[in-house]
Amino acid sequence: MKVTKKDLENVAVLSRLRVPEDKQETYIQQMDAILTYMDNLSEVDTENVKPTTYALPMSNVFREDEVKPSLDREAALSNAPLKENGYFKVPKVLED
Amino acid sequence: MSLFEKPAHVLHDMLQKKEISSVELTKDVLARIDAVEPQVGAYLTLTRDAALAQAEAADKKIAAGEDVAFLEGIPGAIKDNICTKGVKTTCASKILDNFVPPYDATVMTKVKAESPVLLGKTNLDEFAMGGSTENSAYHVTHNPWNTKCVPGGSSGGSAAAVASGTAIWALGTDTGGSIRQPASFCGVVGLKPTYGRVSRYGIVAYASSLDQVGPLARDVTDAANVLNVISGLDEMDSTSSPSPVPDFTKALREDVKGLKIGLPKEYFTDGMDPEVEKAVKDAIEQYRSMGAEIVEISLPHTKYAISTYYLIAPAEAATNLQRYDGVSYGARVDGADLVEMMTNTRTEKFGEEVKRRIMIGNYALSAGYYDAYYLKALKVRTLIQQDYTEAFQKVDVIMCPTAPTPAYEIGSMISDPLQMYLQDICTVPLNLAGLPGISLPCGRSSKGMPIGLQIIGKALDEETILRAAYTYEQSQNYHNEMAKLGGEQA
Repeated sequence: MKVTKKDLENVAVLSRLRVPEDKQETYIQQMDAILTYMDNLSEVDTENVKPTTYALPMSNVFREDEVKPSLDREAALSNAPLKENGYFKVPKVLED
Repeated sequence: MSLFEKPAHVLHDMLQKKEISSVELTKDVLARIDAVEPQVGAYLTLTRDAALAQAEAADKKIAAGEDVAFLEGIPGAIKDNICTKGVKTTCASKILDNFVPPYDATVMTKVKAESPVLLGKTNLDEFAMGGSTENSAYHVTHNPWNTKCVPGGSSGGSAAAVASGTAIWALGTDTGGSIRQPASFCGVVGLKPTYGRVSRYGIVAYASSLDQVGPLARDVTDAANVLNVISGLDEMDSTSSPSPVPDFTKALREDVKGLKIGLPKEYFTDGMDPEVEKAVKDAIEQYRSMGAEIVEISLPHTKYAISTYYLIAPAEAATNLQRYDGVSYGARVDGADLVEMMTNTRTEKFGEEVKRRIMIGNYALSAGYYDAYYLKALKVRTLIQQDYTEAFQKVDVIMCPTAPTPAYEIGSMISDPLQMYLQDICTVPLNLAGLPGISLPCGRSSKGMPIGLQIIGKALDEETILRAAYTYEQSQNYHNEMAKLGGEQA
């Protein structure tokens, strides 16, 4: 197996997800099958090949730095699960 | 023939000549929704009252003698991952269950400038991750040609709506085939434009280097007209293309004399359904008889496209979906501290396939695996793109099936994610290379299910694929046939 229980736990933490005990085996098997299939990429010689991140060649798209209308605060906060005095509200991060 | 069965360009002419009103048309489509939507389930949200108000407004403008825009007064549907100001946009995810965008996507701004009638938001695989619309957190959408079958995906709701007459036209998005494959399964026309042709601003991001918006339509003429509406440079999307946008309807002429069509041998794979292969090869023979030249070509890296796509797309998705943290919008599930709140929110509100892709993406991006997986995939992407560049020195378009099979039964594949991924072999390479592609009906299986022909073009050359598609379409009758849903007279 390429994917171990430890790998799954590690990647779940990175993903801010929790995988319940009874689903771990299924996730491990499915991810293992997928990643094993993907090993076919190792057949390809990419010694002198540059990576492609975007299909169309474009770089440094600039525009004037001008102030333009944007969402007002009310609208930007309209979907917040919790807000207070014009701010998003989150659980306490720092100790007292 | 009822109004809901007609394509947008015919209805546009009728509206312009005042033979019908938009209210009359809209009521006809709403009645069709009442009749068949319980069997099809194409929509997540219906906006009936707003639709009728938009129809009345369109009729007033037309009566006042103003110029009639192409989509003016014509009922359409929008995939629910496209932000619509004031109308819930869920992405078929519980994590966006209550999300009402405070702004419109650029494509919506462009569409609304035409004064269309907007019927509602259509179902999809959650966050556009899937090829069957079975991954929706809300309900399954059924294929109008056989309601036991999937409509394809992820734009399955948009394709099923256009195919069943519950929308005249629709917008979808395509990251790895999500417009073309459901178009193929539902027997309609679906076009994925060149990457950058259409702004992605306001599209809920899945894989930003691959996502594109495009039309699902009754015929090639409608697809070209909708593409005219939504294309163009947008300063809100720095990846949108500055290339001038032609009038795509000028490409709609019956002429394939001397057109060089490439047939990639790698696309006619072992797993291909023989009926699909025959329908596509018959279509290609039809092109030959109309004067096109058929050239066998090779795209040798095709067999690596699935691996490449299913590393790049999940890696981008893992990054894009970090924003669902329970803070600024979307659902929140409380927890003792910030990290627990985020973990609870994401664990409870994301579906299985979304979680799987986020974890595969983060695995491929994590220390120790980055070079072997993610970076390797980006390099193979270069080779896949080069295959096309070389092929297009010899041919004008490339043709192949859109999907290796017709629509399959609901539930038949969902438990095996890898098997599902392998079905995308004919569609994902285009997204990796940024090329435009169109799917149009070219046959029916022995069970009566639609089969799609895919035509691939050079970057920014949607015109040639539209011309090739239009020429074939006019030689056939598929675009005049609609799915017969239960209870209708054949």
